[in-house]
Formats: sequence, structure tokens, C-alpha cells
Amino acid sequence: MKKKSNMFEKVIHIIFLLLGLITVGCVLLITIYLVISGIPAIREIGLVDFLFGKEWASTASEPKYGILPFILTSIYGTAGAILIGVPVGFMTAVYLSKLASPKVKSVMQSAVSLLAGIPSVVYGLVGMLVLVPGIRKIFNVPDGASLLAAIIVLAIMILPSIIKMSITALDAVPKEYEDASLALGTTPIETYFKVSVPAAKSGIAASVVLGVGRAIGEAMAVMMVAGNVPNMPDSLFQSVRFLTTAVSSEMAYSSGLQRQALFSIALVLFLFIMLINAALNFFLKREKE
Amino acid sequence: MLKQSLSKKRKGYEVLMKAMMLLSVGLTAALVLFLLAYVLVQGVPNITWELLSTKPSYLTERIGILPDILNTVYIVLATLLIVLPLGVGAAIYLTEYASNQKVVGIIEYAAETLSGIPSIIYGLVGMLLFSNSMGTCLMAGALTLVIMNLPTIMRTTQESLKTVPQSYREGAFGLGAGKWRVVRTVVLPGCVDGVITGCILSVGRIIGESAALLFTAGFAHAVNGIIDGLAAPGATLTVALYVYAKEQGEFGVAFAIAAILMVLTVLINFAATLVQKHFAKRRSL
Repeated sequence: MKKKSNMFEKVIHIIFLLLGLITVGCVLLITIYLVISGIPAIREIGLVDFLFGKEWASTASEPKYGILPFILTSIYGTAGAILIGVPVGFMTAVYLSKLASPKVKSVMQSAVSLLAGIPSVVYGLVGMLVLVPGIRKIFNVPDGASLLAAIIVLAIMILPSIIKMSITALDAVPKEYEDASLALGTTPIETYFKVSVPAAKSGIAASVVLGVGRAIGEAMAVMMVAGNVPNMPDSLFQSVRFLTTAVSSEMAYSSGLQRQALFSIALVLFLFIMLINAALNFFLKREKE
Repeated sequence: MLKQSLSKKRKGYEVLMKAMMLLSVGLTAALVLFLLAYVLVQGVPNITWELLSTKPSYLTERIGILPDILNTVYIVLATLLIVLPLGVGAAIYLTEYASNQKVVGIIEYAAETLSGIPSIIYGLVGMLLFSNSMGTCLMAGALTLVIMNLPTIMRTTQESLKTVPQSYREGAFGLGAGKWRVVRTVVLPGCVDGVITGCILSVGRIIGESAALLFTAGFAHAVNGIIDGLAAPGATLTVALYVYAKEQGEFGVAFAIAAILMVLTVLINFAATLVQKHFAKRRSL
């Protein structure tokens, strides 16, 4: 009897262990699949030609597979979104965490959660019909579907991540720090920016990194507003293609080397994301300490 | 008194920072209001009973989104049904069984990695893993979403398990219960709130997902029962929005779907806050 129930407990233990290891299995599976399907095209095209080739012409009679335009577009687009989104998000977070009344804070927090929950295709749709024509009219360019439109949409989409995470970090700053600073004669605003913000800097840095990850990984909204032409991103008003949209825009009709090259683009994107994840973990760990 | 003693420079800093903060908060608030109002104003007039209750027909040149609504419901149900046991099981392993801190660390790191991977990559891997073997169908989409939502369910369950007092477990062990009996009778009932919160968050994420479904679940608009529906390709509401807006230029229909999605997002957020408040209150009793 005793032995039987021991057996039973062991089996249950193993079942739970397997369930626990599923996430690890998924990560391994995703990594292995991306590497296996991404390597062949890079081999055939050549790593340097692939990463630093300036021209992408996958359907030409003499196809060219250079993804530098996509890499640069993703970097510029993300940088632009961070440049706009971070100051707005950061200032909003400081206000909501330190100055706002509890009522304003809770209303604004639900508003920010709503912003986070809106599906990316809805951002894309509004961007397509408000932002794109708006840019065309204001800057008098032939087509508003451009890098600028994508940057603005991405800036809005990363706002909730930045605000939420920064508020959490700022809320966690010990009250004693602020009291000590106030007692030394600083004004509340000086205290918040010169004491609370530096104390929460790891968390705020993590929020920025999280924003970078969101921006570089966004596909659908960008697909709807960036115009999708594989140009080098020379100007803000150029129609461009991101790493994410490069994968999705040709997947439906691709075959052969072209299809394999799309998987290689996904592998490059995945490597970017892994780097960003590592940075995020670094900042989060420091925040905990 | 204090104000007067401030130097000009400090006063300027004060005013500047305050202005920038108010501007940012105002901008964020205006953005949310604008998005909500714009989508509803453009979308709600286009929502008709006919749109909601029919499928698209080329003969009468009419668009209906009933298949997309059904597909969304099917994919939500299928995903939750699969992800719940997996996620809850993983959380139970981490809080109740795991004794090796290293293993816990690895599993948690894997979960964090999963939640950082963009949906387009899930879509691609889902296509390779599931659609290539079972064909483009809702089930392939659901399985892809299972991997995406695993970390969410795991995290919320884990958080609620941590609030089950250690003394409950010790009490049950003291009465001679085996490990499994303790888990089943003491631990599992304690994680109900985490599971519910996780479900609400996941439903929101599934309803809003599009990039991961484009190449796994496809974009057909046929009306099916749940079993046939899961085995057939089909567009969810978000995918249908994308196709109608980007490829067919049917902005009226696209906005109608956007308005429906917006209302669902508001409801889901509301439900999540309500549930969290409810359980926080119960816990503090």
C-alpha cells in the first residue's frame, strides 16, 4: 500500500516537472526552428551580402537579397519612437506616481491600460486614415505612408509599457528618501526629479528597453502605415519596410530561396530581440537589488 | 515664504518641469480619448444586424462578419482549454514541487523570454511547427497562441499561489495528506483568482492578436460549427480587419470591426480591474 502511493506521488511529480519544463522546451523549439530554417539562405547568399547588401529585389530576374534597408529602418524607426515616446511616457509616469491625486492616477492608469490593450491592427487602421493623409497634407509629399508615420504609431504603442513600468519603479522609491530631501529644503518637484528618479533609474531604464522590444517587434500596425517599399531609409518621408514587415509582406507568395531568405530575416530579428531581452533582464535584476 | 526664497533658476526649473509633466499627461489623455471617440464614431454607424449575422457574399456584394466573430470565439476557447492545464501545471511545479533553485531560474527565464518574443516570430514558427503538418487552420493558430499565452497564465497563477498561506499546506501535511492530495485540495482552490485573472488577460491578448494568426490560421470567411471550424482555415476579427482595410479598401467594415474590438478591450480591462479588486479585498479579510 505504502509503496503504491509512493509510486503514485512520483508519477505526479514527474508530470508536474514536465509541465514546468514546457516553457523551456518552447524556447528551445523556437530557437532551433529559426536557426535551422534561417541558416541555409544566409549560406547561399553569403553573410556579408545578406546583412550589408543595400538592395532587396527578391522577385527580380536576378534576385538580390540585401537586408540592410530593413535593419536600418527597424533601428531608425525604433530610435524615433523612443525619442518621442520616452520623454512623454516618463513625464507622465512621474506626474502620475508623485503628483496626481489618487483619483486622477487611477483614471489615467485605466486609460493607459486601455491604450495597451488596443489591438495593433486598430492602431494601423487609424494611422492609415488619419496619420498618413495628415502627413501628406502637412508636409506636402506625394504619399504619407512613410517612416515618419510608422515612428509616430510606434511611439504611441510603446507609451503604455513605458508609463506602466516607470510608475511601478517610481512608486517603489522609499518615502524616507523623499522626506530627507524635502527636509533639506528642496521643493517637491526638485525632490522627485533629483532624488526619486535617480533612485528608480534601473526600473525606468528597463521600461525603455521594454519599449525598444515592443517597437522593433511590432508588425501589423507598421505594415499598414509604413508603405512597405524596400527603400533605404534616407528620409523620414520615404516609404520603408521594417524587419517584421519584410517577413510578413512576402510570406504569402514566396518560394525557394526567397522564402528561405524570409526565415533568415526572422532569425536576424530574433537575435535583436534576444539581445534586448538580455538587457531587460539585466536592468530588472538591478532594480530588484 | 518658501516660494519667495527660491532663486530664479530654481523657479524656472520648477515651472518648466511642471509644464512638461502636465503637457505629457494631457497628451496621453487626449490620445486615449481621441482614439476611443474616433473609432467609435467611425465604426458604430456601420454596425448593422446584417453585418453581424451574415457571411460575405460575392453574389449580393455584401460583407458580413459572422464567420469572423465565430472564429474568434472558437480560437479563444481552444487556446484557453489547452493553455490552462499547461500554465497552471507549470506554476504548481514552480511553487510546490521544484526544490532546485537553478531549475526554477531556468524555467522563469524561459517564460520571460517567451513573453518578449514578437508575435510575427510566433506566427512564423507556428507556421513551421503546426500549419506545415496539420494545414492552415484555426487549430494551428490556437496552438501558436497557446505558446504565446503560457507565460501569462503561469505568472498570474504563480502569484496567486504565493498568497496561499504556508500554514494551510503544513496543516494538511500534518493530518497525513500526501503531496498530491495537498495540491489538489489546498493549493488548487487557492489559485482560482490567478487563473481567472490570467484568463481575462489572455482573452484580451488573443482577441487583439493578428500577426501570429495570419500565416497559421489563414483568412477564410466560412461559417462552421466549432469542430469543423477548428479544422478549417478562418480569419479572426483582427485578421479580418486587416484584410478589409489593407487589401480590399473596405474601411466601413474595418471601422465597424475596430469599434467592436475597442468595446471588447474596454470590457476586458474593466473585468480585469474588477476581478483584481475583488480578490485583493477578499485576501485582506
